[in-house]
Amino acid sequence: MRLLKNTNIPFVGMRKGAYLISILLILAAIIGLFVRGLNWSIDFTSGVAAKVDLQALSADVAPVEIDELRNALKTHGFPEAEIQRVGEFGSGTFMIKIKSANAEDAVSSDTKTQIIDIISESFPDHLAGRDINRDVIEEIYEVGPKVGGELRTNALLAVAISLILMIIYIWFRFELIFGLMAIVALAHDVLIIVGVFALSGKEITIQIIAALLTIVGYSINDTIVIFDRIREDLKIRRKEPLDQVINYSLNETLSRTVVTSGTTFFTTLSLYLFGGQVLNDFALAMCLGVIVGTYSSIFLASNLVIDLTKATHKEKQAAQHLSKRK
Amino acid sequence: MKKFSWRGLSIIVFICVTAFYLAPLAIPNLPEWWAKNKLKLGLDLKGGMQILLEVDTSALSAADARGAVDQNIKIIRERIDQFGVAEPSIQKLGENRIMVQLPGVSDFHAAENLIKQTAMLEFKVVAKRDEGKRVLDLIDSNINANLQFFPALAELDKLDKEIMAEDDSLAQPSSGVFSSLIRPGELDYEVQYDSVRLIQDLLADSLFQQMIPAGWQLALERADTSNPRADRIIHVLSSAVELSGADLAKAKVEYGSSTSTDPRIANKPYISIEMKREGARKFERVTADNVGKRLAIVLDNVVYSAPNIQERIAGGRAQITGRFTSQEANELAIVLNTGNLIAPITPASTSIIGATLGADSIKSGTMAGIIGLAIVMLFMLFYYKVGGLITDFALIFNVGFVLAMLTAFGGTLTLPGIAGMILTIGMAVDANVLVFERIREELDTGKTPRSAVDAGYKRATVTVWDANITTLIAAFVLYQFGTGPIRGFAITLTIGIIGSMFCALVFVRSIFDTFVVTGTKKTLSI
Repeated sequence: MRLLKNTNIPFVGMRKGAYLISILLILAAIIGLFVRGLNWSIDFTSGVAAKVDLQALSADVAPVEIDELRNALKTHGFPEAEIQRVGEFGSGTFMIKIKSANAEDAVSSDTKTQIIDIISESFPDHLAGRDINRDVIEEIYEVGPKVGGELRTNALLAVAISLILMIIYIWFRFELIFGLMAIVALAHDVLIIVGVFALSGKEITIQIIAALLTIVGYSINDTIVIFDRIREDLKIRRKEPLDQVINYSLNETLSRTVVTSGTTFFTTLSLYLFGGQVLNDFALAMCLGVIVGTYSSIFLASNLVIDLTKATHKEKQAAQHLSKRK
Repeated sequence: MKKFSWRGLSIIVFICVTAFYLAPLAIPNLPEWWAKNKLKLGLDLKGGMQILLEVDTSALSAADARGAVDQNIKIIRERIDQFGVAEPSIQKLGENRIMVQLPGVSDFHAAENLIKQTAMLEFKVVAKRDEGKRVLDLIDSNINANLQFFPALAELDKLDKEIMAEDDSLAQPSSGVFSSLIRPGELDYEVQYDSVRLIQDLLADSLFQQMIPAGWQLALERADTSNPRADRIIHVLSSAVELSGADLAKAKVEYGSSTSTDPRIANKPYISIEMKREGARKFERVTADNVGKRLAIVLDNVVYSAPNIQERIAGGRAQITGRFTSQEANELAIVLNTGNLIAPITPASTSIIGATLGADSIKSGTMAGIIGLAIVMLFMLFYYKVGGLITDFALIFNVGFVLAMLTAFGGTLTLPGIAGMILTIGMAVDANVLVFERIREELDTGKTPRSAVDAGYKRATVTVWDANITTLIAAFVLYQFGTGPIRGFAITLTIGIIGSMFCALVFVRSIFDTFVVTGTKKTLSI
């Protein structure tokens, strides 16, 4: 069975349209970043996040309303608490988040104890017969300001360092211009995903950073397979112009690109659909990442190489240089 | 019999190692040395508590600071061992951080307290009633002379004077403002519940400490937890430390008999302590010198009890009573036994995951993994026929290999780790897809299956390496900068990539060479 055989799609010819689409997406992402900003999770800002199950054992007790919980926390000194119901409508599980806006009013290591005390005082009926530590608290995270700030620095550093290392590797294996354009394509992928998170207001957690780095790894993988083919084709088709050779290579690798993207996409999709609440945003980032990463590998990275070599009149030189390498 | 090949050997080793480490998951009743190599689940899957502690070494010299962190780790480990947690993990992170993981612990409050608790145990002699009176009077006059430094007291003084002013004959209150807060009881001085907060603030104030005559100190007695609004006793103590925690040999929780006449002990847990040899001698001397006085047992500047010394006591045994709950008594005994932390610690971050959430995560993670795996396997089978079938076998081996290597390196399976594994399933087939697509192209040019397979592998290998090394770079950086679960993710991803490369380039290739393209077969099912 073959999905795509001997295709001859003019990817290089379509590049102007692809650039336009990408520019529009990036603009949307940048606007999202400036207008809405990123919703950093408490991993990075410091604060407390607690997930509590307030479903009473007895059916006679009316379920807790979100406003009751908000009021209880407000009157006890946490007016800034964000509260969300987790799961389906009417479920008794809530996520409470208290972020410290700055280092001065940072939460102390007692904040979580205070929250638990407030809940047990305010909703005795709902907690009757249940062990607060074992049955009520599903999870609590408390992050001090020092650790939070460090994590953010480390996350940004991790993304930057991995990009630099990749440029160096591609430079070593191919040409500097290939490395640079691969990174432009990667930055494009990361920016668009981050833009989606900014626009939708979803939290940037540590797991999302991990997803972004995996997308980086995945997308570069795709791009390199194509570059590898270009390098090989340049040796065989010495006489033909660079853009034509690249178009051949894109078509030759298309089948592989589609199959691998497909299998990866379906696994991330199953993670998104069945992987449970905790992994939901992670899987979403991965799904989008596979789509954007595949798109940028096909339409951006190699095409950018063409335009840049043309602009710098180094077309011949680059082709010669590459075809000599192994 | 086929002749020896490195490839064949490596496959046999690969399968044996994988089977060795996976066996404990599947087979019960393995011998102990084997079964202990079992895959550990991370806290996010098992439930439990994780605390990142920061050790404050700013008060110590550089050399002491290094030792202090290690010493603290030792003390924390001892405390946790005595607390009874299965498989705790206590690691040093960086220069002055300690990561404590306590699987299965749900009472986070008790665990956190136990870890950071200090217990400075001191024995001090209580001032006799007339001495105490003199000390309090001196404090009073010192404060009256410096009232402007104590705004809270100055306020009270002003109020007092206003009340007095209503009767012209009384110019001054009869006693100083400080001693008005302290009422002489039958045996002790007492502080009314409403004034406790004020007294506590004053005791913590270094300026107030200067108002106390040299050689003496004030200390509140422990609050009665069963009656929180009760008045608190305040003691005037001689500030000389007669005995300290260093003189202690061991502490043990015991229960008082219900017939005991002492209400502090009757039917309640208390801590019996045994002193070291020198400690016992000191105790003997102190009790002999102070017969008729009271000896206060002070923990972290709070008096737990102040029994009367009736006679000289030899043997070095004493009791700490103080209306404990049995849990409190237990924790206190642990802390007394393990000694004090060398440098103070503060929790920098804490996470607590309930066991239910962990179980749900395993369930849904496994579910997603199986579905993802099934989709990929079916697709490969339809798309590449026999080649796909071989890949599917390799894929299952690859998943097994990741789990086996995680076990071998003592790693833990975390939720992001499961995600990493599911992702690896999608990407693991990539190397095979690259090779198969290449073989198809070679077949299209009219090559025989044999030479198409050889050429396909030869050409695709370079690409497989290039493509995977970049992903390895990302995984490596993730490992370096990540903590906890993210490291788990990076490790699984790395093992998955290495495993998938091995499977594609060695394992699948061997099966191809051995079974699929044998002899002069004319067609290839791919």
